[in-house]
Amino acid sequence: MSRYIALVDCDAFYVSCERVFNPKLEGEPVIVLSNNDGCAVARSNEAKALGIKMGAPVFQIRELIAQHQVQVFSSNYALYGNLSNRVMQTLRNFTPEVEVYSIDEAFLALPGTCDATALTTIRETVKRWTGIPVSIGLASTKTLAKIANHQAKRQGGIYILDQPAAFLATLPVSEVWGIGRQSTKKLQAHGITTALDLQQVDLRWIRQQIGIVGVRIVQELRGTPCLPLERVPPLRKSCCVSRSFGRLVTTLDEMQEAVATFTARAAYKLRRDNLTASLLTVFIATNRFSPDQPYYRNSATVGLSCPTNDTIALTKAALQALEPLYQAGKQYQKAGVWLGALTPANQLQRDLFINPHDQERARQLMRVVDTLNRQFGAGTVRCAAEGLRQLWQTRVQRRSPRYTTRWDELLQVP
Amino acid sequence: MFIISVPAGFPSPAEDFVEGPLDLNRYLIHHPAATFFVRVIGDSMIGVGIYPNDLLIVDRAVTAVSGSIVIAVVNGELTIKRLHQRQGQVSLVPENPAYTPIEITAATTFEVWGVVTKAIHFLA
Repeated sequence: MSRYIALVDCDAFYVSCERVFNPKLEGEPVIVLSNNDGCAVARSNEAKALGIKMGAPVFQIRELIAQHQVQVFSSNYALYGNLSNRVMQTLRNFTPEVEVYSIDEAFLALPGTCDATALTTIRETVKRWTGIPVSIGLASTKTLAKIANHQAKRQGGIYILDQPAAFLATLPVSEVWGIGRQSTKKLQAHGITTALDLQQVDLRWIRQQIGIVGVRIVQELRGTPCLPLERVPPLRKSCCVSRSFGRLVTTLDEMQEAVATFTARAAYKLRRDNLTASLLTVFIATNRFSPDQPYYRNSATVGLSCPTNDTIALTKAALQALEPLYQAGKQYQKAGVWLGALTPANQLQRDLFINPHDQERARQLMRVVDTLNRQFGAGTVRCAAEGLRQLWQTRVQRRSPRYTTRWDELLQVP
Repeated sequence: MFIISVPAGFPSPAEDFVEGPLDLNRYLIHHPAATFFVRVIGDSMIGVGIYPNDLLIVDRAVTAVSGSIVIAVVNGELTIKRLHQRQGQVSLVPENPAYTPIEITAATTFEVWGVVTKAIHFLA
């Protein structure tokens, strides 16, 4: 083997993050809730053993929580994001070829000499440096590495898939990475039920059935790499910030605050990635499941005369878009802002109606705002339109301290 | 990088010697991915100059040896102490006579969380 692909996956990542700073949680059932404390999005093994399912709504498992003293946390994305970066940075000590696939997963290209001892070293180093336990699956392609990782989670944290055939025979085709529900149905109808069946199909046939994507998956199952490692994340095509409110929003003032806040966040993301937007969409919605109120959802898009990532310009556009959408007397549960038609910021076209001097001043202002917010915490400097009290903010009642990003929330040790 | 502006025609004599500013992060932190800041509460370590409210720099990539000041986890509780290892016997020793050392026995769950490499004390 000239080259291996490893998939490194953090175990119950959000729960593990909480445990780093709160060792008492070790061995206890722990769950982390989604935005707005709605449902369980991460579960420790002990919580899984109690039968708490992924995505279980809190109101359905309230008794279980009380009975077994399950430790419950609101999501603390500032903490999880920081620890994720630390895990990825640690992995880069072993190879420069790292694809950050999600907040808790990375693909690594490793030399063909890589063995169980090397994987154990990676695993132990990540645990020691960051406190986060990971499982590592090793194989010749990304698709096989994903399968190897499943197995690693079940036995000891590392797994090398060298002779896949026997293993693939036991794996349902639906578990293969990239095979969705539709493809599964189609394949099963033709008698292809295991990953091994899929590996052995005729390439022309699979191309007719599910297209070039299917061909790549089959090739990967055969050990021929078709999915390259993406070390640089693909350029963002759009940027969306949306939230459910902590409580229903019933006034235009509050809705404007929320929309302005989401716009500021989205604009910051564009500046961070050096992008500008030409389209802005605002959407608002009431509770879909409300028994006594009809569901209302509406959106409006505005085009920007000049691509921009300026919070002030985007906020003006967003509030303008919101105006006709907002209907008084409704109880809103959610809103969001979507920025589209993104282009790199350095390809800026001159706006005939804007003085370049003003444009430069606006850019400098945003630079200062971003620096202050990075240094003193998000939202330290913001537009007045975002409001001061923000009573609609997402519920994070049980959030742990932001141990790694706030000076006033550091871990305290006697 | 500093740009030193001088009247045209006279290059600054310092121009070729300009160096970057001193970066405390790089000076104090050797393994950024493994380094955490911790706030001290309690006075069990005042003998080595670690006072309440001090900021500690804790490097989890450094291997603890006998004599290291460590953040340890003892039965699930975090604590700052000096690690002592002698003939297989591990103890966590405070630096304040008002406290007694913690002997690690077979019945204790014990783990080194990280090694304290610097303590920052605020005077004003």
